[in-house]
Amino acid sequence: MTLPIPVTLIGGYLGAGKTTLINSLLRNADGRRLAVLVNEFGSLPIDADLIVAREDNLISISGGCICCSFGSDLVAALIDIRARGQRIDHLLIETSGVALPGSIVQSIALLPGLAIDGVIVLADAETVEERAGDRYMSDTVRGQLAGADIIVLNKIDLVPPERVAAISRWLAEIVPGARVSPAQNADIPSEIILGRQPEPQPIAHRIKPSKHRTAGYEALELEIDCPVDAERLAAVLADPDLALLRAKGFLQKLTGEFVTLHVVGRRSVVEPAPAWVEGPGRLVCIGVAAEMDRSAVLVALGSDFHLLQSPRRN
Amino acid sequence: MTTIYQARKIVTMNPSRPLATHIAVRDGTILGAGSLDELTGWGEYQLDRSFADKILMPGLVEGHSHVAEGVQWRFVYCGYFDRTDPNGVIWPGVKSIEEVIARLSEANAALSDPKQPLTGWALDPIYFNNRRMTRQDLDRVTTTRPIGIMHASGHIMNVNTMALELAGMLRPGVNHPGVPLGPDGVPTGEMKGPEAMTPLGPHVGLDRGLLASDEPGLRAFARLCVRKGVTTAADLANLLPQPAVEMMRQVTGEDDFPARIVSLRVAREISPAELVARVLELRTLSSDRLRLGMIKIVVDGSIQGFSARLLSPGYYNGAPNGLWYIAPEQLRDIFERALAAGIRVHSHTNGDEATELVLDTLEQALRKYPSPDHRFTLQHCQLANAAQFRRMRSLGMCVNLFPNHHFYWGDQHYALTVGPERAQRMNACATALASGVPLAIHSDAPVTPLGPLFTAWCAVNRLTASGRALGTEERISVAEAIRTITLGAAYTLGLDGEIGSIECGKRADFAVLEDDPTEIGAEHLKDVRIWGTVQGGRIFAAASI
Ligand SMILES: [Zn+2]
Repeated sequence: MTLPIPVTLIGGYLGAGKTTLINSLLRNADGRRLAVLVNEFGSLPIDADLIVAREDNLISISGGCICCSFGSDLVAALIDIRARGQRIDHLLIETSGVALPGSIVQSIALLPGLAIDGVIVLADAETVEERAGDRYMSDTVRGQLAGADIIVLNKIDLVPPERVAAISRWLAEIVPGARVSPAQNADIPSEIILGRQPEPQPIAHRIKPSKHRTAGYEALELEIDCPVDAERLAAVLADPDLALLRAKGFLQKLTGEFVTLHVVGRRSVVEPAPAWVEGPGRLVCIGVAAEMDRSAVLVALGSDFHLLQSPRRN
Repeated sequence: MTTIYQARKIVTMNPSRPLATHIAVRDGTILGAGSLDELTGWGEYQLDRSFADKILMPGLVEGHSHVAEGVQWRFVYCGYFDRTDPNGVIWPGVKSIEEVIARLSEANAALSDPKQPLTGWALDPIYFNNRRMTRQDLDRVTTTRPIGIMHASGHIMNVNTMALELAGMLRPGVNHPGVPLGPDGVPTGEMKGPEAMTPLGPHVGLDRGLLASDEPGLRAFARLCVRKGVTTAADLANLLPQPAVEMMRQVTGEDDFPARIVSLRVAREISPAELVARVLELRTLSSDRLRLGMIKIVVDGSIQGFSARLLSPGYYNGAPNGLWYIAPEQLRDIFERALAAGIRVHSHTNGDEATELVLDTLEQALRKYPSPDHRFTLQHCQLANAAQFRRMRSLGMCVNLFPNHHFYWGDQHYALTVGPERAQRMNACATALASGVPLAIHSDAPVTPLGPLFTAWCAVNRLTASGRALGTEERISVAEAIRTITLGAAYTLGLDGEIGSIECGKRADFAVLEDDPTEIGAEHLKDVRIWGTVQGGRIFAAASI
C-alpha cells in the first residue's frame, strides 16, 4: 500500500515569513525528502547555500529535496511533480500572498495520492492588524487566517510583548478556535509541520531548543496500552482549549484495529495504520510551553495510559 | 515601385482628408490618399483597379485577443452562435444538448484511434434553458473514448464517464465546490474552475498553456484575422518563453504571414525585477510583424464566474466578493519599475474594486515616477463607474472595454451577477469618450469571436443575446465605434503613429470591404461583408487565404 503524500500549505500575506519558514524546514528536514512548490520564483525562494542546481522552474536542494514554481496552475504543478517519480516524504506548498488556503485544500482533495496534513498561515505581528483592516485586502487576509490550522504569529521580536498578547487575543476573536504559535524568524520546530511520518518512533527528543526568548515548546509523550475511542480522542485533542499544535498517535481502537491519529492545530484525522507499524500504542503531543494544557490531555485519555516520558520544557 | 489603388470609397480616419478614392503605396508604406491626380506627383506608378468596387478603411486593430483562438479550431465547435473558422467554414451554432450530442457523434465517428480523446469547445448551456450537461449525456457519444468540452466562458468543462475514470475521479467522496455530484454521489462530469478542470485536461486533449500557441495555431489565427479585416492583433497574455518567441518571430516573418501580432508578457512566474528586465529584452526582439515589450497583469477574475472584485455592495445575488490575483504591493512594484523603464502595462480588471486598486496604485506610482504618455491601459474594466473614468482621464490611462461580453452575458449580468442598474452601465463606452479617456473595444477571442466590426456593432447597439437593449445611454455612434477599432486600439498599443488611419507615412494596412460601414446603418454593422486585407502592402483575399 502506498500512503498518500502529506501536504502542508504554508500561507499568509506577502512578507509574513513564508520563505523563511520553508528554508528553515529544509535545513531541519532530518533526512526527509521534501518537495516544495512556491507560487513564483521571485527573489530566489531558497537560500543559496542549500541549492545544488537550478534549471528553469526547478531547484535541486541538498538532501534530495526539490523546489518548483507553479505560476498560476498549482494543480498542474502537482501533477508534474508527482510524474517525476521521485520519492517525496512531505510536500510543502507556499501559496501566493493573496491565495486563500481553503480553496487550495479542496483542490488537493481532487488529486489521488495526496492528503492534506495541515495549513500553516503566517501572520506578521507588525502588520497583520493593519492588513486585516485594509480597504482592499481585509477579506483576503481574514480569509487566509480563517483557513489556518495553526497561525504562526511571526516577528514578535519587533513588537512589545503586550502587543503579542493583544494580537493573539484578537486573532482568537476573529478566528474562532485559532491555534496561535508566536515565533521569531518563523522559527517553529519542524516536527510540528513535518511530523506526520507513519513510524511511531519517539519524537520528543527531536524538538530542538529555540534560540529565542519566547518560543519554548513542550512535548508530552505517552504509551497507551489498551484500546481507546480514537475518534473521540482526536476530537478532544483538536479542541482549542488544549492548545496543542501537533499530536500524533498510534492506537488500537475499541473495535480492535490499529489506527494512526494526527492532529495539526484544529485539524484532526484518524486513519488505518500501515501494516508495518506495531504496538504498543503511543501518543505524542506538542504545544507552546505554558500554553498546552497537559492535564486536559491526560483527562482526555482517562486512566488507560502511562507516561513514557516526562514532559520537558526547552 | 509605387502602386496606386483605386477604390469605390476610402474611409481614411484622417480628419484632414476623411474620404478618398485612391491610395498610393510604396514598399508597404502609404505615400498618400486622395484623388488619382493628387497622387501622380509621387512619380511613376502602376494603377491597381482590383479594389475599384470595394470600400477601403484602415486595417482593423484587435486590442485584446489571444492567439490561442487559432488552436481552438482543432476541437469540435459546440457554441450556440454561428462562428467562422480560420478556413472560412461557418459552423452553425448548436441549439440544444441533442444537437451537441449529434455534432460530437459525427466527430467521434471520424476518429480512427479509439484512445484519442474527443475535445470540444465554446459550449454554453446558459442557452439550453440552463439544463446542465452531464457525463451521461456525453456517454451517449462514446463510453470508450474520453470526451472533454470546454465552455464558452473558459471556466467550466464537461467530461464523460471515461474521462472521469482516467483522472481517478469516478468515485464517491469527491468534496469540492467546483465538482457537483449526481444522485449517485459520483461527479456529474461538470468541472468548474481551473482547479477542477486541470486534472482532467491531459486526459481529454486539453493540455495546458491554452494561451500559448504553436506554428499552425499562429497561422490559423492570422487567417482568421484576414477574414475579419484585422491587420494588427494584440495577443494579450503570453508567458513568452524564449522558444515561443523564436517560433513567433519565424512564423510572423514568413512572406505570406498576413498580420501584425502584439504579444504582451503576462506578469507571472517571475519577480517584478526579472519581469521588467525580460520585457526590456523582449522589446529588442521585436520585428515589424511581432511587437514585444509590454506587460499584462491580471488583477481579478471574471464577473460571470463571481471571481471579479466588486466594490460594495457587491454581487446582486449575494455571492461573496471575488478573488485578487495579485497583491497591491506586487502591483505597485511592477508599476513603478515599468514606469521607470518606460514599459506600458495593461491591467485586466473586471470588477470596479479591481479598477479602483489600479487607479490608486498608478496614482501613487506616478507621483514617484512622473511619466508623460505612459498609456497604461485597463483591460475589460467592465464595471467602471463614472468617477473612475474621470480618474482614468486625470491619470492619463486608456481603457479597452468589452462590448461583446455585453451581448453574450448581458442578460446574466442583468438577472444575476450585478443586477439591472449596473448591468446597464457596464462597458460604458459613451462615458469613456465623454470623459476623454482613449478608448478601444475588444473580443478577447477565443472567449468571444474575433471580429472588430461585430464588436463595434455591440458597442453601437448594446443589445444582449436575448434582444434586450441594455444601457442605451452608453451607445456610441458608428463613427466613434469605427475610430475605436482602428486608431483607438492602435493608440492603446502605442502604434497610432504607424497604423490606424490611412495617411502619408503610415503602414499600408487596409481592411477591404464589400459594404460601406459608414453607410450600412448601425443595426447592420456586423453584417458588413469583408473581402480581405492589405497588410504592409501585401494583398490577402479571405476567399483564398
Ligand atoms: Zn483576455
